[in-house]
Amino acid sequence: MKPELRAELIRSLTRFIPADAILSTEEERKPYECDGLTAYRQLPGLVVLPEDLAQLKGLVEVCREREVPLVMRGAGTGLSGGALPLADGVLVSLARWNRILELDAVNRIARVQPGVRNLAITEAARPFGLYYAPDPSSQIACSIGGNVCENAGGIHCLKYGLTVNNVQGIRILTLSGDEVELGGSGYDGPGYDLLALLHGSEGLLGIVTEVTVRLLPLPEETRTLMAAFPSVGGAAAAVAAVIREGLVPAAMEMMDRPAIEAVEDYLHAGYPRSAGALIICDFDGPAVQVGEELAKAGRVMKQEGAEEVKVAADASERLRLWAGRKSAFPAIGRLTPDYYCMDGTIPRHRIAEVLAGIADLAGCYGLRVANVFHAGDGNIHPLIMYDSSAGELERVEALGREILELCIGVGGTITGEHGVGVEKLDSMCQQFGRGELKLFHDVKHAFDPGGLLNPGKAVPTLSRCAELGGMHVHEGRLPHPELERF
Amino acid sequence: MDLSETLRRKVEAAIAEKRPLKILGGGSKAFYGRETRGAPLETGSHRGIVDYVPSELVVTVRSGTPLVELEQALAAEGQMLGFEPPHFGPATVGGMIAAGLSGPRRPFTGAVRDFILGVKLLSGRGEILTFGGQVMKNVAGFDLSRMMAGSLGTLGVMLEVSLKVLPRPEMEVTVRQEISPERSLETMARIMGKSLPVSALAYEEPFLTIRLSGLEAAVAGAAARLGGDLLSEGERYWLELREQRAPFFTEGESDLWRLAVAPAAPLADIPGRWLLDWGGAQRWLRTSATAGEVFAAARVAGGHATLFRTSGERGQVFQPLPPELARLHHALKRAFDPHRLFNPGRMYEDL
Repeated sequence: MKPELRAELIRSLTRFIPADAILSTEEERKPYECDGLTAYRQLPGLVVLPEDLAQLKGLVEVCREREVPLVMRGAGTGLSGGALPLADGVLVSLARWNRILELDAVNRIARVQPGVRNLAITEAARPFGLYYAPDPSSQIACSIGGNVCENAGGIHCLKYGLTVNNVQGIRILTLSGDEVELGGSGYDGPGYDLLALLHGSEGLLGIVTEVTVRLLPLPEETRTLMAAFPSVGGAAAAVAAVIREGLVPAAMEMMDRPAIEAVEDYLHAGYPRSAGALIICDFDGPAVQVGEELAKAGRVMKQEGAEEVKVAADASERLRLWAGRKSAFPAIGRLTPDYYCMDGTIPRHRIAEVLAGIADLAGCYGLRVANVFHAGDGNIHPLIMYDSSAGELERVEALGREILELCIGVGGTITGEHGVGVEKLDSMCQQFGRGELKLFHDVKHAFDPGGLLNPGKAVPTLSRCAELGGMHVHEGRLPHPELERF
Repeated sequence: MDLSETLRRKVEAAIAEKRPLKILGGGSKAFYGRETRGAPLETGSHRGIVDYVPSELVVTVRSGTPLVELEQALAAEGQMLGFEPPHFGPATVGGMIAAGLSGPRRPFTGAVRDFILGVKLLSGRGEILTFGGQVMKNVAGFDLSRMMAGSLGTLGVMLEVSLKVLPRPEMEVTVRQEISPERSLETMARIMGKSLPVSALAYEEPFLTIRLSGLEAAVAGAAARLGGDLLSEGERYWLELREQRAPFFTEGESDLWRLAVAPAAPLADIPGRWLLDWGGAQRWLRTSATAGEVFAAARVAGGHATLFRTSGERGQVFQPLPPELARLHHALKRAFDPHRLFNPGRMYEDL
C-alpha cells in the first residue's frame, strides 16, 4: 500500500475510529500477516479494529469510495489462508466483538457477536442444561463469525451436522453498506436460503456482524467405545456396518497404525500397539438408549473382525481414550521435522481403497503418511511427514495434489472442513468446471459488485490456479501451539 | 430415464425464443406460492434413483422421481428422509426440494436444506452444472445446493439431488396430554429443553401430542416420564397433520397461513384458530384476517408468514422482503437465470 494512501485512509478513519484501533506501523501489522496457514504470509496495508457497527459501516464506506479491498478476520485460526491479508488492502479484525448479546434458554438460542469464541457459547449455555454442538478442534479460540464463514465442522458432524445446520440466523453488512438479516426468529426465513449460502462463503459475500445459534439440550449421557482391527480395511468395513445397523454415533474417528504408534509413544493412551487400525466412537443421548447402542455397536465391531472392543468404564477412561485421538497431531509432529495436513472427504465405502491408494502414492514419493480422521463423515486428514530443510516441500505438495485428485476420483471433495482459502485454489479448478466457477463469480458479483471483499480467495479465476498446500507445521511448531488440532 | 439432454435443449429453445417456462413435476404443490406463467417444462419422466448405498446414508435421485418411490426404496433398507416432507399429492423429489417444506420431525432432525448434499442443476444459460457432492462434509465452492430448497424453481431446473438419509427409528410411540392453551408454549419449551427422544411435538386445543422415537427402552422410559395417554393411532395423527388432512385443515373456508416464529413467542393477537407444530416454531392459522395483518404480526414476532392455502387471490403469498434483502434476491436471480425464464413471479411478483 502506498504511504500516501495509507495516510489518507488513516486521516479519514480517525474521524470516527479511535486512533488506537488503527494499526499502521509494520510492527503493529506484523501479527496479522497470516492465519492458521502459516506457509502463506503477507503484511496487510493497514489493520483496523472497529469497535461497533457504526465504525464498521464507516470503514466500509471509506474503503468502497477509494476501491480499497477488505479482508475480514476473526480469531485467525483458519487452516486455508482465508484471512490472508492483501498488501494493498485493509485487514479488519472483529475479534474484539466478543459479547454474548442474549441467551434465550426458553427458545434455546444464543445471539452473539461474531468475535465470540465457539467454546464460550457452550460455557454460557451449560448452566441452562444446553450447549452449542459444532466443535472444531480449535474451539477454545476460533470465533463464531469465522465458523460461519468457513462452515466449520468438528468431530460430531455425523449426528449434529456442521455450523450451517446449527445456526438459525445471521446479520450481515454488505459492501454497499446494507445491513441484511438472514434467517429469522423461527427455524427458517422468507425467500431464498441465503443463510445457507453465507455459510462457507469464506468472507467473500458479506461481513457477518451477528450470529444466532441454536442450542441443544445436553445429552443425559455420553459413552465411548474403542475397537482395534488388524487392518484399515477391516476398520473401514466396521464403520459402514455400524451405520448400516441403524446406529448414528455422535462421533466415529479412525487412526491407522503409524498414528497409533505415534500416540502410544507420546502419551500411552492405552491403545493396542499391534492394531492395524483403531476406531473410537461416542454415543450420546438418553442413558438407556446409549447403553443399548453401545452394546450393539460392540457386537457389530466384533462381527467385522475387531480384535479388541473396549468400552470406557468411567469418565476418566473415556477422556484417556479421547486424549490419544486429540493428541495425534502433536504426537506425529514429534516423529518428523514437518508435516502437512490434508483435508478431503470421500464416500465412506471408499475409505479402505483411498487409504491404500494414499499409501501407494506415498511409497512412490518416498514419503511417510499417517492417517487420523473423521471416519463417520468420510472426512480424511492424511498427515504427510517430511523435512522442509531437505527440500522436500515440493514433493509433498505434489503428493498432496495427487491425494486430492484421488478424493475427487472416488466422488469426494477437495475440502471437507478447512476451506479453500488461498491454498486449494488450483484443486478447485479440478473439482469444478468453467460453468460452475462462472456462476460462483456471478454470485460473488451479486453481493459485492466491486469485488472488494476478500478478493482472490475461495474461487479461482478461470485463468489462474494457485499452488496447493496444507497445514504446514515446521519443527513441530503449530501455528497456534496452544490449540488442540485433531 | 435420464432426460437431462432433452430438458437442456428445451431450455436452450426457450432462451432463443425468450419464452418463460413453468417447471412441472407432479403438480402436487400447484396451490402453493403465486401463480406463474410460461410454457410447461415437465420433469416427471426424468426419473429414477441414480445411486444409493445404504451404508453411506446418501441417495442420489433424479428430480422427476415420485417421492413415494424414493421413500419406499429407503424404507426397504430401513432408512428414511429425516425431514419427513409433506407430499400433498403425487409429489416428485424435485418439487419437494423446490417447495422446501418439512414435516413434524423438522425441529429434531433438520429441514430439507439440512439434508441436501449436492445438486445437478440446469441453469438459465442452458448449462448443466454440478454443485456439492455425495459426501457429508464439503466446503468447496459456494453452497448453491442448499439454496435450491424453497427456491420454488426460480433459480434453475433441478436434474438430480443427493440427500443425506437417516436410519428409521426402531420404534415410535405417540402420547397425548390435555393442556390449556395458556400453558401450551411453556410446556413445549420445557420438553424441548430436555434430553428426551422426542421426534414431534404439536398442540391443538386441548391436546399436546408428543411422538417419541428410538430404541424401545428409551421410548418407554420417556413415555413414562412425560405421562399422558398412549395414542394408538399415533402414526395416522402425524400423517394427517403433515398432509393437512386433519379437520383443522379441511373444515371451513378461511385462509390457511403458516407462521414461522420463535417456538415460545407469544401468540399474535389475530382472530382465528391455531395449530402449533414444531414445538411452537411452525404455527398454522385459519383466519379471515387480511394479509397485511398477518404479515405485520409475523414481523413483530421476528418471523415470517406464508399464505399457504386460500380460495381467494394469490397476490402477496410470501412475507414481503425488506428492500436490501429483495435487492440481493434480484441480483441472485440474474446470476442463475439471466433471461428470467424459470417460474417468473412464483415467489415474488417481480422475481
